[in-house]
Amino acid sequence: MAGKIKRLLALGAVVLTTAALAWAGSDDQPKASGAPKPVITKAVKGEQCVEPNDFMRRNHMKVLLHHRDETVLEGIRTKKYSLKECINCHASEKTGSVAASKDDFCVSCHSYAAVKIDCFDCHSTKPQGSMAMHPLNAETAHYAHKLAAQANSKISAEEMAGIAQ
Amino acid sequence: MNDMKSMSDNTPSSPERRRFISAATVTAAGVTLAPGVMLIDVAHGRPEEQAASSAVRWGMLVDATKCASGCDECVSACSTENGWTPVAESAHPKQAPQWIRKLELQDPLTQAETNLPMMCQHCEEPPCVDVCPTGASFKRADGIVLVNRHTCIGCRYCMMACPYKARSLVHEPLNDTQKPDVPRGIGCVESCTFCVQKVDRGDGTTACVEACTASGHNALVFGDMNDPESEISKRLRELPTKQVRADLNLNLGVRYHGI
Ligand code: SF4
Ligand code: SF4
Repeated sequence: MAGKIKRLLALGAVVLTTAALAWAGSDDQPKASGAPKPVITKAVKGEQCVEPNDFMRRNHMKVLLHHRDETVLEGIRTKKYSLKECINCHASEKTGSVAASKDDFCVSCHSYAAVKIDCFDCHSTKPQGSMAMHPLNAETAHYAHKLAAQANSKISAEEMAGIAQ
Repeated sequence: MNDMKSMSDNTPSSPERRRFISAATVTAAGVTLAPGVMLIDVAHGRPEEQAASSAVRWGMLVDATKCASGCDECVSACSTENGWTPVAESAHPKQAPQWIRKLELQDPLTQAETNLPMMCQHCEEPPCVDVCPTGASFKRADGIVLVNRHTCIGCRYCMMACPYKARSLVHEPLNDTQKPDVPRGIGCVESCTFCVQKVDRGDGTTACVEACTASGHNALVFGDMNDPESEISKRLRELPTKQVRADLNLNLGVRYHGI
């Protein structure tokens, strides 16, 4: 009996390890049965993350939290652990975003782990100088307002200049 | 008032002179505290790993005698820099966020008109910070009053406490239209940040000031009020200025001339 349990446990350990390895090995996407595994796309820019992948997979939230408080409260804007830099490297080539479609970098793992992220309620999901073509990306949204404002304006630029003198 | 205006127009402000002065300040501001320990000028080009310092107090001077009627360059520049929708284009103008407003005032007795932009006054003793139940409203070391959106619960106490109607609540989802440098979101209160992202980058100015200067009105000056050699300190020494509702004793970071 005890031997059987031991064997079962060993088998369980092997299965778990294989699953973990399969998940960690990002390049070949495992198509095992059960929940679809997250798609981990290689960062568009850069060769290596600011920390080893294993560390970042477990601890990115901790370093982000620490950096966020330093940035907001004290104005320290170093690049390491800055969410903006994560986005700069990891935005998908297809959507230009880390969270626009279900395979984008942040969303992919988070939906697999069933952890809701609310970073992007406030933060832009796209890098500065966006590569996205979407008309309402963070870089171009304000031009729409500007154009509409000019169209609505009753005062021409010349008149405005006249007022100034 | 005309005398006042010409006086302010005579302020020596040629770029060469200003460059010379700021160069002099930078040299003077590198103070040796101990052998090998230097206190470097923090106001201009603070290194990114260095926290905002209380040696600096950012402030703005609004010269209402130069602020033109019908002009809203500062307002649209703010909206462009910080990514908020101009009120006129909002689906719900009455509740649209507004970081800076253009006011046109008229004295009922004399009919005299005054133009001025109104925004967060970056109070030294901010009532919004006093009332905030979560500590989300806070004053940074360099005098900039901000909302930490990570802790703001959207209770809007600060909106009620602010004597200047400077704060807005974001009522609607922004659907990823935010600027990468300016996170903002539904359910949080926000107001003028003195373009903190530009200040931290070392621009030493704000979007509204740049726009006002570019439009040729030169009604706005931004700078370090603690540095006696900064342009704003010099102008504040020369011009009579007022704080709006000075009776509240809040020691405002925005001073008005000609009101
Ligand atoms: S003007 Fe209003 S929002 Fe700004 S610091 Fe003062 S009380 Fe707070
Ligand atoms: S709305 Fe946010 S910042 Fe304002 S008082 Fe409430 S928690 Fe504080």
